[in-house]
Amino acid sequence: MNHIKEKGASILFLLAACACILAIVLICLFLFANGIPAIAKIGPLNFLLGREWKPGNDIYGILPMILGSVSVTAGAILLGVPVGVLSAIFLAKFCPKPLHKVLSPMVELLAGIPSIVYGFFGLVVLVPAARKLGISLGMGGNGSSMLTASVLLGIMILPTIITVSESSVRAVPDSYYEGGIALGATHEKSVFFIVVPAAKSGVYSSIVLGVGRAIGETMAVVMVAGNQARMPAGLLKGIRSLTANIVIEMGYATDLHREALIATGVILFMFILTINLVFSVLRKRVKS
Amino acid sequence: MNGQMSARGRLLTDKTKSSRGHTRSYRNQPLSAFLLCVTVTAIVITVGVFLLLIGYILVKGLPHITLSLFAFEYNSENVSLFPALVNTLTMTLLSLLIAVPLGICSAVYLAEYAKRGNWLVSIVRMTAETLSGIPSIVYGLFGLLFFVTALGWGYSILAGAFTLSIMILPLIMRTTEEALESVPDTYREASFGLGAGKLRTVFRVVLPSAVPGILAGVILAIGRIVGETAALIYTAGTVAGIPGNLMGSGRTLAIHMYALQSEGMHIEASYATAVVLQIMVVGINALSGFLARKIAKG
Repeated sequence: MNHIKEKGASILFLLAACACILAIVLICLFLFANGIPAIAKIGPLNFLLGREWKPGNDIYGILPMILGSVSVTAGAILLGVPVGVLSAIFLAKFCPKPLHKVLSPMVELLAGIPSIVYGFFGLVVLVPAARKLGISLGMGGNGSSMLTASVLLGIMILPTIITVSESSVRAVPDSYYEGGIALGATHEKSVFFIVVPAAKSGVYSSIVLGVGRAIGETMAVVMVAGNQARMPAGLLKGIRSLTANIVIEMGYATDLHREALIATGVILFMFILTINLVFSVLRKRVKS
Repeated sequence: MNGQMSARGRLLTDKTKSSRGHTRSYRNQPLSAFLLCVTVTAIVITVGVFLLLIGYILVKGLPHITLSLFAFEYNSENVSLFPALVNTLTMTLLSLLIAVPLGICSAVYLAEYAKRGNWLVSIVRMTAETLSGIPSIVYGLFGLLFFVTALGWGYSILAGAFTLSIMILPLIMRTTEEALESVPDTYREASFGLGAGKLRTVFRVVLPSAVPGILAGVILAIGRIVGETAALIYTAGTVAGIPGNLMGSGRTLAIHMYALQSEGMHIEASYATAVVLQIMVVGINALSGFLARKIAKG
C-alpha cells in the first residue's frame, strides 16, 4: 500500500513538472498554427518588409512596427543602461550600509510598480514635457513620441539592470579590488578598471534582460508612443510598437486582419526567443 | 604604504571610509574624481526618478480618493473601483489556486525526486526560463486563442485566471525550488532515520520548513497578477462589474485604470485608482521582503 502511494506521488510530481513543457508547447502550437498561415498568405517578404499597414485595404506590412519596437528599445537602452549600471556600481561599491538599506528596497519597489502606472506617469508627466520640448524646438508634435516612449522604457528597465548588475559586481572576489588598491590605484580606479571588467558578463546579461523587458512592454508604450502605424519619422514623432499593434487592433479585427495581428505576435515571440537564447549563452559564460 | 593600503581595504568592509580617506588626493586624480561624479550622478537620477514617480502619483491621487469610489455598484457617475477590486481578488485567488499546487509539485520533483543530470530536469528548467521571458501580451494572445476561442470559454474570469496562472508558474516554481534547496539535508536524513518514507519526509519535514520561501514567491506572483493588464484585456475582458459566475467577464483594477484613462472622462478617478494600485503593490512587496528577510535570518 505504502509502496503504491510513494510510486503514485512520484508520478504525480513528474507530471506536474511537465506542466511547463506542456504550456510552452501549447503556446507555440496555437501561435504558429494561427500566425504562420497568415504570413504565408500575405507573403513573408511583404509581411516583414512591407512599409504600409492598412488593414482596410488588406495591406499588411509590419516593418514600421518592427522599426518602432527596435528604435524605442534602443532608446531605452541608451538612456537606461548607463544610469542603471552606474547606479549598480554605486550600490555595490560606493554606498554606505545605512544608505543601502534605504536604496535597495526602493529599487525593488521600482521593479514592482505595474506597467499601467508607469504608463499613466508617462502620460501625465513625460508627454506634456515632450510637447513643450517640441514646441520650443519648433518641431511640433503632440508629445506622444518615440522620445517619450524611450525615456519611459529607460526608466522601466532601470530596476532590472540595477539588480542583476549589482549582484554580478558583488560576486567579484574582494581580492581583485584589494589587488588594485595594493598597486596604488584609487578606490574608483580599482572599482572601474578591475572589478567592473571582471563582472562584464553579468552586466551584459542585465542589458539583455532589459532589452527583453523593453521590447515586450505593452501598456506603457501604448499610452505614450502615439501609435501611428507609419515608418518612424523622427524623435518627436509618434511610432507604434509590435506590442501596441496587437493590443490596439485585436479588439475589432476579423479574418486576415486578425491573423496578421497574431502573426505580429509570432514575430514578437521570435524576437524574445532570440533574446532568451543570447541570455542563456551569456549565463553559461558566467558559470564557466 | 602599499601594505598599509591593502590592509585598510581588507579591514574596512564599509567602503565609504576608504573612499573618504582619498578625498584629499582627488585634486591630483582627475579621473577618479570624474568617476565618482558620474556614479553619484547616476544614483541621484535613479532616486530622483523614483521620488518623482511615487510622489507625483501620491500628490495628484490622494485628494481624489473619495468614499463614492468605493461604492458597491459601478456607474458612470461614481466610477467606483469596488467591483474591479473584487474582480482583482477573485482573479488572484483563482490564479493562485491553479498555479501554486502545480508550481510546488513540479519544484518538489525538481528538488527532491529528480536525479542529478536528468535530461527532463534541464528541459523543464529551460522551458521555465523561456516562459518567464515571454511578454504578457503574448500570453494574452495565447489565452485569447486557446481558452477564449478554442475551448469556447469566451471573455471570462476563468480564462483570465488560467492565462495568468501559466504566467506566474515559472516564478512560483523557481522560488519554491530555491526554498527547498535551502532546507538542510540533515532534516531529510533525520526523517529517513526515524523510518519515514520519502513522501512523508517531503510533506511533513521539507515543505513546512520551506514555507517562508514559498510564501515570498507567492506574494511576488500576487504582485504580478495585481499589476497585469496586457494579458487580461483579451482574456478576462473589460466589463465594469462583478460577474455572476466565473464564466462572466470582469475587469481587474489595472484594466479598470486603463479603461478610465482611454475613455479620458474621469482623469481624477484614474489618479485615485493609480494610488490604490500603488499602495497595494507596495504593501505586497513589503510583505514579500519581510518574509525573505525572515528566511535569511533562519
